[in-house]
Amino acid sequence: MDLRYTASEQTFRSELRRWLRATLPTVGAPPPHDDWPARRAYDLNWQRLLFDAGYAGVDWPAEGGGRGASPVEQLIFKEECERAGAPYVGVNFVGLLHAGPTIIAEGTPAQKERYLPAILRGEEVWCQGFSEPDAGSDLASLRTRAVRDGDDYVVTGSKIWTSHAEVADSCELLVRTGDAGNRGISWLIMPMDAPGIEIRPLRTIEGTTEFAELFLNEVRVPVANRVGEENDGWRVTMVTLSFERGTAFVGDLLESVRLLGEVRAVAHRLGLLGDEGLARRIGHLVAAFDALWALTKRNVSEAAQTGIPGIGGSVFKLSFSEHAQALGDLAVEVLDRAALCADPLEGPGGGALGNGEQLHAWFKSISLTIAAGTSQVQRNIVGERILGLPKAR
Amino acid sequence: MDFRVGDDQRELTEGIRSMVQGRLPLEHLRAREGEERAIAADDWAALGETGVFALTLPEPAGTGLGLADAAVVFEELGRALVPGPLVGTFLAASGGLVAGAAEGSACVGLHTTGRPGPVLVEHLGSLDALLVLDGGGTSQLLSPAPVGGAPRVEHPLDPLTPLWHLDALPFGGAVADDDGRLWHHGAVLSAALQVGHAVATLDLAVAYAKERQQFGKPIGSFQAVKHLCADMLVRAEVARAAVHAAACLCDAPDVVGSEAAAAGCAPGQMLERSVSGAKLLADEAALANARAAIQVHGGMGFTWEVPLHLHLKRARVLSTSFGTPAAAALALAAYA
Repeated sequence: MDLRYTASEQTFRSELRRWLRATLPTVGAPPPHDDWPARRAYDLNWQRLLFDAGYAGVDWPAEGGGRGASPVEQLIFKEECERAGAPYVGVNFVGLLHAGPTIIAEGTPAQKERYLPAILRGEEVWCQGFSEPDAGSDLASLRTRAVRDGDDYVVTGSKIWTSHAEVADSCELLVRTGDAGNRGISWLIMPMDAPGIEIRPLRTIEGTTEFAELFLNEVRVPVANRVGEENDGWRVTMVTLSFERGTAFVGDLLESVRLLGEVRAVAHRLGLLGDEGLARRIGHLVAAFDALWALTKRNVSEAAQTGIPGIGGSVFKLSFSEHAQALGDLAVEVLDRAALCADPLEGPGGGALGNGEQLHAWFKSISLTIAAGTSQVQRNIVGERILGLPKAR
Repeated sequence: MDFRVGDDQRELTEGIRSMVQGRLPLEHLRAREGEERAIAADDWAALGETGVFALTLPEPAGTGLGLADAAVVFEELGRALVPGPLVGTFLAASGGLVAGAAEGSACVGLHTTGRPGPVLVEHLGSLDALLVLDGGGTSQLLSPAPVGGAPRVEHPLDPLTPLWHLDALPFGGAVADDDGRLWHHGAVLSAALQVGHAVATLDLAVAYAKERQQFGKPIGSFQAVKHLCADMLVRAEVARAAVHAAACLCDAPDVVGSEAAAAGCAPGQMLERSVSGAKLLADEAALANARAAIQVHGGMGFTWEVPLHLHLKRARVLSTSFGTPAAAALALAAYA
């Protein structure tokens, strides 16, 4: 149990910090949420800058063209990027965190050569076609059908919660090629310019188009685009998940810490800190986020030694998502009527209240107990896989 | 950086667990419920012989380990419901304040002053000395002799934490705690005991949920019960990470500066912030898990026989030392 960073870890940090300080002023402000072409250009530019500096795919193994950094270095990378206010991974998310690692582990040499460099260099964007309207938490019940026809699969069905679909070049697609259940699923690379794909943006409760529905009508996908064997797609998907090193929420956690500081500052300006109940809620979140930072270090340390993050991922997500919601609720209460609109407002005596950003974070926090495994599914996982409680089914 | 619980620490856990199971099993400890002395002198000496109080003393008197190692040991002591002035005796031994504390031949109590109210001192009847901490750097070491006539409370909340009701604390000799070391270390070890209670009640709840059948199934197969247990694990693991981080900061002053810079507070505030956050979360985990475990046990959880109430009551006792959770939360607001 030691919180000291090694000399090489400290060198990694100081070099990264120096590069961020020199590079970030050239990046400019991020485009508006709904301007997807501009977001694509902005995020790909950032990825290209990372690539040129040797930080692209910092968590990818060297044989996939990545930096092959240790889990602790991955933690440092995410920490420094967040603290410096670097752009979020954005439209590069699926390529860097899902599709790329899957192709590294399970792809053919030709697939690796075709797709991996384009992800690392910030040339191509990926989206994910996993969930379906009738297959959410029960993903293995998915029904989008792929039928062999010569050298192609003919794919028909629909997908949902597909982020960045409007600007993606490729889609990692789970399809049913065999019987019901998780043994009849295959993993395909679907080119997003193939005929028969209809993209229908979904408006979120925030009013923005964060993700879309995909309607697939006899879309032809070459058999050569299958990653892994036919009907082995479920295992291929699980391999990807094993790439997670306990750093998935580092950016979100540090962002919450920053937002908490801003909530406190606003509460102070509004003269609300004399309310001990309010102050205690702030103090409690300080303790919780500090503890979750310690838990992150524990999970990363486990991953560094054993290759897997251990039990920590679900435990972290359950706790963090609820505390992020507590922070969001606190923020809108502190802002009171200023949280009734997202237009920039000033407090008494001038100075921005940051109500737009806090509202955005509040909405996002509501999704945290749903996305990437609902809290109810996470509790089943913790109860059954960690505590060994019997399954209901 | 390697923040895992190390192999040495796992061995330490195993060692203390087998010692406690052999020498201080629960039925043995419970035989003294309600008595003036919560733990027999020879059992106390056995803890001393095992090295529980001398972990951080340099060899040959102690084992030269860190507070993180002591936290691992104290978690086991909490888990096993070992009573007695564990934290006070540890602090007296590590600070060289009372002869015999390290060996377990002396019993040193601990009293942290907080809100005004009745002065209730734990274990007074078996104490050789009482360490009084106020968190502001003015600590005192009292000889309990002058308060010998104080009455023992007839109905203490925890049957294994006897209490004495004093009119006021007499003055004793001052003990320097300028850098807050006694306070910080004591709070970390109290928090470690609380993590032990949180883990013990989780284990009891999970075992019961696997074994107890209703509607033809183990109740742990029902999501309503399963999710209570999952939340217990989350609380225990988050609190444990916080306690271990605070202990590591106490052990490594060279890390405090960089951690403070990352956390955005002054180096002098980092220990206080980390320690009180850990104590707050450990208090809450111990209390909430005891309550949840009682709920999982249903009516049996409300009986004297099932030891869950002992964990709940000890967790209540521990949550009133080194500041209440409410006070900790209020103080921590300054660091946001």
